Amino acid sequence: MSRFRRKRFVSDRLWDALLPVVAVIAALVVGAGILLLQGANPLEAYRAMFGGAFGNKNGLADTLVKSVPLMLVGLGIAIAFRGGVINIGAEGQLIVGALLTTYFGVQFGAHFPGAIAILLGLLAGMLMGAIWGAIPGVLKAQLGVNEILSTIMMNQIAIQVGFYLLRGPMIDPAELAAGTNIPHSARLPKSMDMPRFTDLAKMLGLPGKAQDLGLHGYAADVYGVLVEPTRLHSGFILAVIVSILVYILLWRTTIGYRIRAVGLNPHASRYAGMNVKSTMVLSMTLSGAFAGLAGAVEILGLHHRMFEPTSVSAGFGFSGIVAALFGKLHPLGIIPSSILFGGLLVGGDKMQRAMQIPQVLTVAILGLVVLFVVSTDYFVRKRQNRRVSVEESPGEGAVPGPTPPLSPPEANA
Amino acid sequence: MTHELTLAAILLGIIHSGIRLATPYLYAAVGETFAQRSGVLNLGVEGIMLMGAFFGFLTVFRTGNLWLGLAAAAGAGVLMGLIMSVVSITFQAEQGISGIGLYMFGLGMSNLLFKSMLGTVEGVQGFSELRFCVTDSFCLADVPVLGDIFFSHSLLTYGAFLLVPLAAWVLNKTTWGLKIRSVGQNPEAADSLGVNVAGVRYAAVTLGAALAGIAGASLSISLLNIYQENMTNGMGFIAVALVYFGSWRPYGVLVGALLFSVVNALQLWVQVLNLNIPSDVAVMMPYVLTILALALPFRRQLQPAALTKPFSRGES
Repeated sequence: MSRFRRKRFVSDRLWDALLPVVAVIAALVVGAGILLLQGANPLEAYRAMFGGAFGNKNGLADTLVKSVPLMLVGLGIAIAFRGGVINIGAEGQLIVGALLTTYFGVQFGAHFPGAIAILLGLLAGMLMGAIWGAIPGVLKAQLGVNEILSTIMMNQIAIQVGFYLLRGPMIDPAELAAGTNIPHSARLPKSMDMPRFTDLAKMLGLPGKAQDLGLHGYAADVYGVLVEPTRLHSGFILAVIVSILVYILLWRTTIGYRIRAVGLNPHASRYAGMNVKSTMVLSMTLSGAFAGLAGAVEILGLHHRMFEPTSVSAGFGFSGIVAALFGKLHPLGIIPSSILFGGLLVGGDKMQRAMQIPQVLTVAILGLVVLFVVSTDYFVRKRQNRRVSVEESPGEGAVPGPTPPLSPPEANA
Repeated sequence: MTHELTLAAILLGIIHSGIRLATPYLYAAVGETFAQRSGVLNLGVEGIMLMGAFFGFLTVFRTGNLWLGLAAAAGAGVLMGLIMSVVSITFQAEQGISGIGLYMFGLGMSNLLFKSMLGTVEGVQGFSELRFCVTDSFCLADVPVLGDIFFSHSLLTYGAFLLVPLAAWVLNKTTWGLKIRSVGQNPEAADSLGVNVAGVRYAAVTLGAALAGIAGASLSISLLNIYQENMTNGMGFIAVALVYFGSWRPYGVLVGALLFSVVNALQLWVQVLNLNIPSDVAVMMPYVLTILALALPFRRQLQPAALTKPFSRGES
């Protein structure tokens, strides 16, 4: 490989890595146009947005809280994508996960010591999400049902199952007694609350105030997020650990290798003796399991009871897709990506309060990010084609290979 | 109220609302049929319907002109369709994802515009039900049974049902229809014969999107005559599924849409009649039905061979 070529290869990969950033900037520019049409100053609006999301203690804490479901859902989406299936059903998988976690917590949570109850609650959510993901997986593998459509239908079914359970068998007895009949469950036992950062800090004996350490300004805010009472809970740590585990699963185990091989080329995988169908089902099941885990963490770490399914899922099934795409479908890329989009969701709320711009603008911007990311992927693929023809293809190694193609072969077979 | 309704009246009611409710599904699904027959899966129908519903409503609310409203809805659809085309055809994006992006964009934009331009739920005088009055005192709509079924719908509903044979004729009997089918089946062959693959796909997707816009408007200025946030509530996704159900043929889509909307109407009546079925379970039935229908084996060979596969010259 000549020196010149190596240089170009490096700069190409840098470009590929930067393209999602370009896509987000492009989406924000279009968003600025929309803001102008609304008669708002885009610079001020974005300052309110990003300042509100990252600039102070409570905003930062809320951003990290929102990043937790995004990260877990995003991991699931990435696994499915890597395995050549598309999971649009994270919304529903999250809901059923949250439902089973809640059911377990309310019914049996008090019988176990706190830590074990939390662990079982998390597993319950994962299990239910896995089942909800496995159904479209099996339908695709056995009957050729398009998984995009079936997962969308499964979302609607999950919402209705949720409403049915919360109006009937799972309704808070206090609501029945009061006759208000608001569809939400009883509160889970306090012993099942996942510890918040402030609890952890106390356990570790960290100084409770930033001033004690002589920190000022933004450093004090950041430290405050870690030790002061905010909504930030240990689910964030869990999500980061799970991201690393998924990285190991995908790039360090045979199962992960099989998932990626099937995703890249199902025909070659079949000739290599892999069971393509069961691998597809596995990808969907794992994908659902992580979305279900997201639901469990939302209940145990944040809400502590189940209420309207669509408010609990809060569109994370879709915004998680954005986080996964922006993270280049790589578990370690999804961590910062989730924090960024968690910030965008929180910032939308702050912007609405500061400038009366409806928060839903963020949904439109998220949609634009998706459109731009999948469009810019065109240039990555184009360059890859050229690269493959000019040079030897970059080998499979510890470094994740080139960007996975955003087109799983046979996505609609 | 159960006593006052005879079984026959209930059945008639179900058929009547089934036909009514088929309207948005028909526009959206027939439109999507054009897109998919050309090889493009447009999953953003839901977002397009929301934009169509909003702009159709807003125009009627401001001007009172129904036809202008319909044109605005179709125009909004065309713009959304062009976005989808640029992303999915020119930039060859994965269609399962680009459609979700378009959906989120449409959902966010329609909510944003609703909040900043209307703020509250308002009503309009939309397309009213035709009664086919022959004389001052006699209208076909008053004929028992037949009147309820055939002669008491709005213009947009009749338009939706007329669209089906029209679409079948365009797809099967015109040169343009042949081009659409060929670029969806074998774009390489079509290209070698001088068909502009991208051009035909752009046109098919955009036409489909315009119809999706009208589908949204059929809710906001004909069936319901109000605009609410997220008022389509998943109808656009169902419409995409109906195209699969209908084996990519307009008449198949018609059967699917009718079946689906009758089940939907049935579900509404279950709630009205207070039968012993939880309403949430009833609401769920159409979606379960859709999944079951998608599992039926006989249709898969009929799928356009190049569906979701981007085309670029000289690559494959």
